Amino acid sequence: MSPAGIPSGQATLERGLNAFREVIDAPVASFFSSCVHCGLCAQACLFYTETGDAKYTPIRKLEPLRRVWQQEYTLLGRVQKLLGLAKPVTDAELEEWSPLVYDSCSMCGRCSMVCPVGNDITLMIRRMREGMAASGHAPEGLIEATSRAVESGSPAGVKWATVQAQIKRMTTQFGIEIPVNRQGVDYLVLMSSWEILNYPEYLGAVGKIMKQAGATWTLCDHAYEATNSGIQIGASDLARVLVGRIVAAAEELKVKCVISPECGHAYSAIRWEGPNLMGRKFGFEVKHILEVLDDFRSSGRLKLKGTLDKPLTYHDPCQISRRGGVYEQPRTLLHDFAPQFKEMSDAGVMNWCCGGGGGVSANERAEPLRFIAFKRKKAQLEELGVKTMVTACANCRVVMEEALEHYHMDIELLGLTELVAEHLEHDNEVAS
Amino acid sequence: MEHLALLTFVRGPALDWSLGLCAAGIILRLFETLGLGRKADLAKPRDDGPGSGWQTIFTRSIPPAGMFRRDPLTYVAGYVFHFGLLATIVLFVPHIEVIRGVFGVSWPGLPGPLVDVLTVASLVALILLLVHRFYSPVKRLLSGIDDYLSWVLTFLPLLTGYLAFHHLLLEYTLMLAVHIISVELLLVILPFTKLFHSVSLWFSRWYNGDINARKGVAS
Repeated sequence: MSPAGIPSGQATLERGLNAFREVIDAPVASFFSSCVHCGLCAQACLFYTETGDAKYTPIRKLEPLRRVWQQEYTLLGRVQKLLGLAKPVTDAELEEWSPLVYDSCSMCGRCSMVCPVGNDITLMIRRMREGMAASGHAPEGLIEATSRAVESGSPAGVKWATVQAQIKRMTTQFGIEIPVNRQGVDYLVLMSSWEILNYPEYLGAVGKIMKQAGATWTLCDHAYEATNSGIQIGASDLARVLVGRIVAAAEELKVKCVISPECGHAYSAIRWEGPNLMGRKFGFEVKHILEVLDDFRSSGRLKLKGTLDKPLTYHDPCQISRRGGVYEQPRTLLHDFAPQFKEMSDAGVMNWCCGGGGGVSANERAEPLRFIAFKRKKAQLEELGVKTMVTACANCRVVMEEALEHYHMDIELLGLTELVAEHLEHDNEVAS
Repeated sequence: MEHLALLTFVRGPALDWSLGLCAAGIILRLFETLGLGRKADLAKPRDDGPGSGWQTIFTRSIPPAGMFRRDPLTYVAGYVFHFGLLATIVLFVPHIEVIRGVFGVSWPGLPGPLVDVLTVASLVALILLLVHRFYSPVKRLLSGIDDYLSWVLTFLPLLTGYLAFHHLLLEYTLMLAVHIISVELLLVILPFTKLFHSVSLWFSRWYNGDINARKGVAS
C-alpha cells in the first residue's frame, strides 16, 4: 500500500532495498555472521512464548534484511548471486514479513539480552523497519499515526488547544501555575498524546513537584508532543522532523534540560536516537521524568512520605529500563512511600513487555496478537498476587488497561509521577 | 606405504594450504564485516552505568536468569560440545606436539583417557543438538544447508580422531590421514559458514555490550 501523507516520496521495492543497504554496517554484518540458529532468541520473545509459533522467532523476522546483506556484502553471497543461486527479496516477501516486523515485535529488547553470540536483534529490527517503510510495507495504523504527527504535531492529532484546555483544568485542580514558552528555565516539559488525552494529571503532578523542588520549567506551544512515530514506523527522515521540533524549541527557550514524559519510545527517540538523527550533539540535557525525580530526591529537594500501604509492583517499560538504563530510580522512589512494594519475576532489565510497545499499540492489525502476548504479564501478575501495578509509560498503561479489561482482571494501574506528587511531604501546603 | 605417503601429504603441504586458506578467508570475512564501519554515536553516554563491550564478551557465556530452564538441552549440550571440542583441540598431547612443531610453543595436556571421555561427550552433545534441530520447530525453521554442512564438518574431525586414537575401522595411518583431511575441510570452510561465529561472536558481543553500556545497561 502507498503511505499516503508521508512526505518522503513514492514507496518502492528499490527504495526499500536501498534503505536496507544503508542500515547495514559493521555491527549488523557481525551479528548476521555470528548467528548459529540456536533459537534461544525465541525463548526470550513474548510473541513466541505466548503463541508457541516458530515464525515469531526474533532472528527470523530479519530474514529479508539478512539476505540483502548476504547477497551484497559477502563474497560468497555475491558469487551465488552471479551464478543465479540467490533468492532475491521481493515485494511479496516483504508484505509477508510486515506482520512479523511490526505486529509481533515491540522492540522490547529481550532477545538482544539473551542471544549467546551477542546479536542486538532489536537494533536490527529497528533498522529493518526503515526498508519496510520505504518499500510501502508498514502497517496502515502506523502510517496514519506518522502522517498525523508530521502534519499536526501529534500522532493522535492532539492540537495545542487541547493541551490548553488541560492546562486550565490542571491549574485549578492542583493549584499550580503552568508556564508556557518561558525562556531560560531549567526544564522543558514534554508530554505524550496519551498523557494529554487520558492522564493529564501527569502535568499537574509535574507542576506540583517542580514547585516543591523549587525548579523552573515550561511547556512550549509548538513542541509539546514527545512521542515519535517516525521511530516506530522506521522513517528516520520523519523522525528527524519530529525530534527537530523539540530541539528547536529547547534551543529557542534556552532550557538546561528537556524532560521526556512517562513514555518509553519517546525517551529512546529524543535521548538516544535524537542526536544521531540530528547529526549533532545537543547543548542541553535530556532526561526521563524518573531521572529528574530521582535527582530531586537525592539532592534533598523532594521529600516523600510513606503512606501508600498496599501490596504493589512496578512494571518496567522496556524503553525506559532495558533500552534506557532507568531502572533503579523508580525503585528508589517507590521504596520511599510504598512499604509493600514487591518485584515481579524477571523485574528490571529483563522485564517482560506489555505487548504494545514499538508501535504495536498504534497498529490495529496487531490487536488480537497483542492480547495473546499480554498473557505473559498476566502470568507475572497472577504469580505475584498484587492488585496494584505502577508504571512510568503512558503507552504501557493504556495497553495494559485494555488487556486487563479484556481478561477481566481487577488490577489498578498507576503512573509513578502522579504517585510521587501525591506523596510529597509538604502535600498540604502545596495543594490548594 | 601408500597410507604413509598420503599421511605425509596431508600433514605437510595440505595442512599448510588449508591453514593458509583459513587465515585468508578469515581476513577476507573480517574485512567484509568490519570494513562496513560504524557511525559514531552522538548521544551522550551514561558514564556511571554498569557494563561495557569487554564485559559482555565474558558475561554472554552465561545464560541470563530464567533462560536456562526454557531450553536446558541447548544450553547443556552447547556447553558440553564447546568445552569438549576446545579441550580435545588444545589439551590433547599429540595436538600440542603438532602445535609445537608449527609454532614452537607448547603447554601441558590432559591425560588421554580424559580427552577420550570429552570427545565422546562432545560427539553425543552434537548428536543431541542435531536431533533437536530436526525436532524443534524453531530450530528447524531457522536451519538450512549451512547448519547441516557445518554440523557434519565439525562432527567428522571428532569422530575420526576418536577412531584413530582407538585404532578402529581403518588402519591407523590411514585413519589419521582421514582425520587430518577432515580437519582441513573444517578449516577451509570455517570462514564461509556459520562456523565463522567462532571469530565474529567476539565482535558481536562487544558491540552489544558497548551499545547497551552507553545507555546504562549491562547486557
